[in-house]
Amino acid sequence: MSGEDSVRLPEPDRPWMMRTYAGHSTAKASNELYRRNLEKGQTGLSVAFDLPTQTGYDPDDELARGEVGKVGVPVSHRGDMAQLMDGIPLDAMNTSMTINATAAWLLALYIVAAEEQGVAQEKLQGTTQNDIIKEFLARGTYAFPPAPSMRLIADMIAYTVEHVPKWNPINICSYHLQEAGATPVQEIAYAMSNAIAVLDAARERVPADRLEQVFGRISFFVNAGVRFIEEHAKLRAMSILWEELGRERYGVEDPRHLRFRYGVQVNSLGLTEAQPENNVQRIVLEALAVTLGRGARARAIQLPAWNEALGLPRPWDQQWSLRIQQVLAYETDILEYPDIFEGSKVMEALVDELLEGARAEMAVVAEHGGAVEAVPYMKAALVDSHRERLRRIESGEQVVVGQNRFTETEVSPLTADAEGGILVVDPALEAQQIEDVRRWRSERDQAAVDEALAALARAAGDADTQENLMVATIAAARAGATTGEWSRTLREVFGSYHGPTGVGEASAAPADAELSELQGEVSRLQEKLGRRPKILVGKPGLDGHSNGAEQIAVRARDSGMDVVYEGIRLTPKQIASSALQEGVHVIGLSILSGSHRELIPAVIAELHAAGVTVPVVVGGIIPEQDVAALRKAGVAAVYTPKDFDITRIMRDIVALVGASADGGEVGTNGGATANGGASANAGVSANGAA
Amino acid sequence: MSAEGAALGARLRERDVTAAPAALNLLESSAPADREQAAALLAEVSPAALGGEAPGHVIGVTGPPGAGKSTLLSALLHAWRASERTAAVLAVDPSSRRSGGSLLGDRARIEFDPSDRGTLIRSMAAEQRLGGLARATRVSADALAAAFDVVVIETVGVGQSETDVADVVDTLALVVQPGSGDVLQFLKSGIMETPDVLVVTKADLGQIAMRARRDLSAALRSLGTSSARVIAVSALAPTSGIEELVTALDEHRADLDTAAQRLRARRAGALSDFAIEHGERGLRALGGRRAAEAMLDEQDPALDVPALVAILERRTATGADSHQSA
Repeated sequence: MSGEDSVRLPEPDRPWMMRTYAGHSTAKASNELYRRNLEKGQTGLSVAFDLPTQTGYDPDDELARGEVGKVGVPVSHRGDMAQLMDGIPLDAMNTSMTINATAAWLLALYIVAAEEQGVAQEKLQGTTQNDIIKEFLARGTYAFPPAPSMRLIADMIAYTVEHVPKWNPINICSYHLQEAGATPVQEIAYAMSNAIAVLDAARERVPADRLEQVFGRISFFVNAGVRFIEEHAKLRAMSILWEELGRERYGVEDPRHLRFRYGVQVNSLGLTEAQPENNVQRIVLEALAVTLGRGARARAIQLPAWNEALGLPRPWDQQWSLRIQQVLAYETDILEYPDIFEGSKVMEALVDELLEGARAEMAVVAEHGGAVEAVPYMKAALVDSHRERLRRIESGEQVVVGQNRFTETEVSPLTADAEGGILVVDPALEAQQIEDVRRWRSERDQAAVDEALAALARAAGDADTQENLMVATIAAARAGATTGEWSRTLREVFGSYHGPTGVGEASAAPADAELSELQGEVSRLQEKLGRRPKILVGKPGLDGHSNGAEQIAVRARDSGMDVVYEGIRLTPKQIASSALQEGVHVIGLSILSGSHRELIPAVIAELHAAGVTVPVVVGGIIPEQDVAALRKAGVAAVYTPKDFDITRIMRDIVALVGASADGGEVGTNGGATANGGASANAGVSANGAA
Repeated sequence: MSAEGAALGARLRERDVTAAPAALNLLESSAPADREQAAALLAEVSPAALGGEAPGHVIGVTGPPGAGKSTLLSALLHAWRASERTAAVLAVDPSSRRSGGSLLGDRARIEFDPSDRGTLIRSMAAEQRLGGLARATRVSADALAAAFDVVVIETVGVGQSETDVADVVDTLALVVQPGSGDVLQFLKSGIMETPDVLVVTKADLGQIAMRARRDLSAALRSLGTSSARVIAVSALAPTSGIEELVTALDEHRADLDTAAQRLRARRAGALSDFAIEHGERGLRALGGRRAAEAMLDEQDPALDVPALVAILERRTATGADSHQSA
């Protein structure tokens, strides 16, 4: 009898906070979605912003084209934020915002929206993601160079610890590192090194006696893959390292402040386009990784939807994921026990193994001068890990059910509807948003905005100043400035920045029969062309998820091509200009944000205008029903997540270039090279850009 | 078809920068038909056809990885374009050719207006031979100098490759960041060619940058070359030193006997091309490197590289004959 008492907790634990990463189209549509989600039993909000908002552009900016309202909600000014939170009492809500480069701005808008509701900033609860290092490493939605970015973060920490004490100013993200290919050891080591860089920067901006509190407000945002036992061990290892760091490096003593607090979004990288229903069981197992052991259980969970590899999830898809959480929390007995892994030799040994690896890798980062300085090193290491992961999947060493094994399938009724089982954002919304932001600008007190932005520029320009940038930022939000204006003001002071791509340093692929066969094909093609085949790889639009493009670039190099890797955030004009100037034989574009319908035809139009007629191939999250339209626009081939064999994609591309050099039909582009014949010079007509 | 190379060359000679991409495609090609066209193109921009040296200023920008070359080039391009000078950058990437392929990433790091036709950036893979500047890069620079006001050859590295670049350019700028002690060592040991302009980047690092500048000046003095300028720049906003650098580059050009320098470059280039094509045996047939150099020195200064190579090749044939008859 007494044994039973020690087995169970006296009271079951309260469930973690349940969220859904949501937002799309407009502030109004997203507000309706939030309210419905809250009625369904969701206990917190997780705001997904669209890419222009994340990178600091207004809807009418050239770079925003095709991206407005796609992967999240557009928020351009305090009016949008007020509408987004309309009818949601902000003193009672806990809001997580996936916002980084422009985090200071969105927090300012949130504070002003609360003010308008009559809620003081002291009462606000929530989190701004605000982790810029992982943006440089993995996600690509940065706006400013590293040093001023770190200053913005430090200023937000210093401001919130005084004025918004229940706010988590930063969520150190290891989530995106795993999405970019990190091994568990890399995920732990880079996240901890990142936290050290942030805390060291904050130490400069806050009074010494506040450091303990600052430490206590730093939370993490982690990932969990389907190898859920090891993933759980990873979280235990992180909590041990975090406590150690607090005690030893920052002198934190209060156990409450030393606790490793984390939210989680489970793995999207492992979700497949093939037999997408299998993703449901993957998501459930991944959720176990972060809930099973009480000793390292998540504070907040959001689960991806089963159809994320197909396109944007619909409200129903997201509801399914919320229900998974609710079944786990309310139907199972998971919350009734103390830590079930305590005393497990296997778990302990796993944790030790990860700790040892992570400490060694943290030492390497420290040798580079810390996380900010080590960004190029870490980026290259991630590109290498990701390549190794893909190699294992391609070779079948790592089994992905339905993708590289057990691929026979019945037709899925889940994707049978006209839209293919995903959310399609109305393209007319972009024009509406453009009109709205222009009206906002014309109706506000322009003099007040100008003055606020001038004050912001002054504060930003003086790096030695004690002035906290949050103060000027909140003033600009109140005055009615826009997201694009706030960012432009800071870009003008801080300069703009391109993150490292990590591809230049990626080591060569190990030799295998398939690859050497491909190398043979490439050198035969070179004979034919007179020059080494040259490919341009880049990402149009604002989507910063460059992992796929990087892998294509590295494999193209390994197969013997010259690769011009242009990285992220390219305008159609830039791509056309590069293709012309570089004399490439083929162009590979990658888009994951759903903006391919607008951006790909725009790129092709610019290529035509520049006189470039080489084949264009497109990869990314492209719904099946969009493929025909892209082909019609002149795209020679489209690759989606189910095309996981990159060597095969390369072979396709080599054949395409060969056919193009022969003057054959390429797609519907009729991409015969203009100067044809034996020289076959890259399809740039002899008249070039004339 | 047969007039294509000549037509492109003529357009470059008329300073039509839009002819550059197609011209570069041709100059990079090793297909026999293209090689013929390329020779026709180069003949159109040779000193003989131009009635003198090509007007463009050919500048080598070289330095170790991470020294800030791309950022510096962004700032320089901005300054040149602001004064309405057209500029072309040949970004030579050292990335290894283990598989034959290469990753050319520099373009993404240099900032410029993509709709501006007065700026051209072309990435080129370094050749497999150690430290060498690809033949295509040299002839491309020659051709572009006919049309563009400034032609930059950007290379990475500290060591052998600078020697090669120094042979080709009018002005060599070496880019280092503060605290690069190795560069000092290379300079002192003579492994590295003495640059015409030394650029210390990241001047926003203050003290460290100033010290680097002092050390480099001292090293240059100890080498007995006080003519090289040392300039500290910060290419990130707020920029500093860029105008001073532009002026220093211009001044070097103004003081330079461009005709003599280019003539040396063409002759060295011809010898290098010949040696790549025909190896040590070819050189021996000419009576050795010295003899080959002497032969080249006798030629008409207005001849372009392919013409000089052709002369050497003819001599090999006749030289071999005379050898046999002797």
